[in-house]
Amino acid sequence: MSKLLTISPSPHVHTSDSVNKIMYRVILALVPALVWSVFMFGFEAVRVTLLAVAACMAFEFVIQKYIMKEVPQITDGSAALTGILLAFNVPASLPSWMIIVGALVAIGVGKLSFGGLGNNPFNPALVGRVFLLVSFPVHMTSWPVTQTATVDALTTATPLALLKEGVNAGKPVSEVMLNLPSNLEMLYGNMSGSLGEISALLLLLGFAYMMWKKVITWHIPTFVLGTIFIFQGALWMLNPENFIEPVFHLLSGGAMLGAIYMATDMVTSPMTVRGQLIFGVGIGVLTVLIRNFGAYPEGISFAILIMNGFVPLINAYIKPKRFGGQK
Amino acid sequence: MLKTFKLGGVHPAENKLSASKAIEKLTLPKSVFIPVAQHIGAPAQALVKKGDQVKVGQLIAKSGGFVSANIHSSVSGTVKKVDLSMDSSGYPKQGIFIDVAGDEWEEGIDTSSTLVENFEADSKKIIDKINAAGIVGLGGATFPTHVKLMPPQGMKAEMLLINGVECEPYLTSDHRLMLEKAPELLVGIRILMCALEVQKAYIGIENNKPDAIAHLQELTKGDRSIEVVPLKVKYPQGGEKQLIKAVTGREVPSGALPIAVGAVVNNVGTALAVYEAVQKNKPLIERVVTITGKSVAKPSNFLVRIGTPVQELIDAAGGLPEDSGKIISGGPMMGKAVANTDIPVTKGTSGILIMQDKEAKRDKVKTCIRCTRCVTVCPMGLEPYYLMTVSEKQIWENAENHHIMDCIECGSCSYTCPADRPLLDYIRLGKGKVGNIIRSRKQ
Repeated sequence: MSKLLTISPSPHVHTSDSVNKIMYRVILALVPALVWSVFMFGFEAVRVTLLAVAACMAFEFVIQKYIMKEVPQITDGSAALTGILLAFNVPASLPSWMIIVGALVAIGVGKLSFGGLGNNPFNPALVGRVFLLVSFPVHMTSWPVTQTATVDALTTATPLALLKEGVNAGKPVSEVMLNLPSNLEMLYGNMSGSLGEISALLLLLGFAYMMWKKVITWHIPTFVLGTIFIFQGALWMLNPENFIEPVFHLLSGGAMLGAIYMATDMVTSPMTVRGQLIFGVGIGVLTVLIRNFGAYPEGISFAILIMNGFVPLINAYIKPKRFGGQK
Repeated sequence: MLKTFKLGGVHPAENKLSASKAIEKLTLPKSVFIPVAQHIGAPAQALVKKGDQVKVGQLIAKSGGFVSANIHSSVSGTVKKVDLSMDSSGYPKQGIFIDVAGDEWEEGIDTSSTLVENFEADSKKIIDKINAAGIVGLGGATFPTHVKLMPPQGMKAEMLLINGVECEPYLTSDHRLMLEKAPELLVGIRILMCALEVQKAYIGIENNKPDAIAHLQELTKGDRSIEVVPLKVKYPQGGEKQLIKAVTGREVPSGALPIAVGAVVNNVGTALAVYEAVQKNKPLIERVVTITGKSVAKPSNFLVRIGTPVQELIDAAGGLPEDSGKIISGGPMMGKAVANTDIPVTKGTSGILIMQDKEAKRDKVKTCIRCTRCVTVCPMGLEPYYLMTVSEKQIWENAENHHIMDCIECGSCSYTCPADRPLLDYIRLGKGKVGNIIRSRKQ
């Protein structure tokens, strides 16, 4: 016959899903929270996000092409996603040059120094964020007032920082709480904080979308948030004057953003559900410990990075349940 | 809740294009090529030589051992030669070429369509007849059926499972058979139950064939020994171990055969062949083959004589479409891509799938992003991403202790990988190597 046929081993059909689709769906899931940030922080949110995305993509292109001498993969969406997540993790008032430095650390150190997508042990956006936090602590903890705020000031504090300040000053939690936003306000996002973390509700909406599209499963976010709830709840029941009720910790700071979008980063999370349980519980416990007993008011980015470091060990020892394995 | 197996599984687009097409007899070909190795085990020994006259159903190659099967002529005519030719494996294989003349059957074969229900309840005689008729598993694995019916010493079958799952996309031959040949199929099942001396048979059928489920349920009403079990649609439910798990909840241990949990699994096509062999004296010389594909003009189910060139089926289905890119013997998940259309239909050919050019090519391989999907979908609970890596790096020890030999090669991992990684390709390579290492250790 005249026609040449393709010969290849089975299977001959393939899912329509792809790495690019996964990345772009995560980005799409983050859009509602981004829109809310623009509403709350104005043009500054647009500046930070666009700059972070552009810088991440540019660094990825330049480093892959000229240093690694590979074909640049910037269209796969992963660099853009790192840029968005980096932007979501910094104050909307951060100077532009710091964002560029953060992007260089995230992409250059966090991702490409390990070989690029799929090989990095730590979440690149968090590597960038933590680098910025320890390098520029003042800028990274100066929170712009939201456009809904009535006070006449340039900066404000996050609910977690207010809590830490109050407790450190020896005030009982019940008194500190008078200055904190209500849980309802924190749920829809009427508070200050990092650019993309403020609306728990819209982040949860993105979570629902990602679950519907089967981008991620419910496991890691549930394990992380569940652990925070249970551990903080236990502390609260032991001593409600020293520890705040657990829902506050779920809605404040980066708990939602971290649990849903950072801890679930496929590259840096375990391969089995049981492994994910250890990973998620570890993040939850560390977050609660840092928030209540550490020097920083917020700890989920450290918690995720620390648990990222355990992932190879978890993968080596926690194996999936085998068919016909042990009885 | 419909029953199914628990671990892993995928749901590829079903594309059962030929599901409503009744089985048609394919016109006799001008010549056939009947390979002597159409089954798992030793090849059969050719009994005929150039110039011999043969009739339909005549034994032309004798079983080459216990795990082997007889081969019968599927046509009448003259033996042209006994020689090598390519089969679906892509390698030249020995076989018998026959030029067809007329359609003269061996004496004693009942070619009528009358249903014969009564049979002699003698296990040994039944198994001998099945052995003589050259029956092998028609689901595609082609394991000689008589071997399955004789459990090793100390093992006893408790139940018969009939595989009507047809979980491969596109294929519909078993579906049509259950609709059109149900009474014969049920007699075949009773014969198999008698041969195994079991009191219970289950027919597992996926829920995307509600007509077949209803039809068989209607026909088995009042017969408590045969139960139709509707199953949730999930690939690879037609795998023996997955089917046993889905229907009975029992789990075949790693490395063991289904008989270890008291189960024997046979395909619906096999059960029908058993009926024809025992009741009609008809050896396995033809089978139902689905010919299908998105661009195929007339997707059909044909009753085809063994040895018929695949080209004849393609012609009968409206010819090879312009945009053909790949021809697959079997289904898209486990079938083999074939190099040309001269290869014959054999006992294991359940379908011929013609894929379009654009479907035929694989996408570029990207790096693993550790999305966990291969682990999640693996029905054996393995870690395909890891097995691929150690096979690529040739670390056979790690491949072995991560149970690479448990892999059933269903392809769910490669199917689901968003980075288009050839997981199963490497795992197959690793399985081959590790299998050799294990064998050489035993010697």
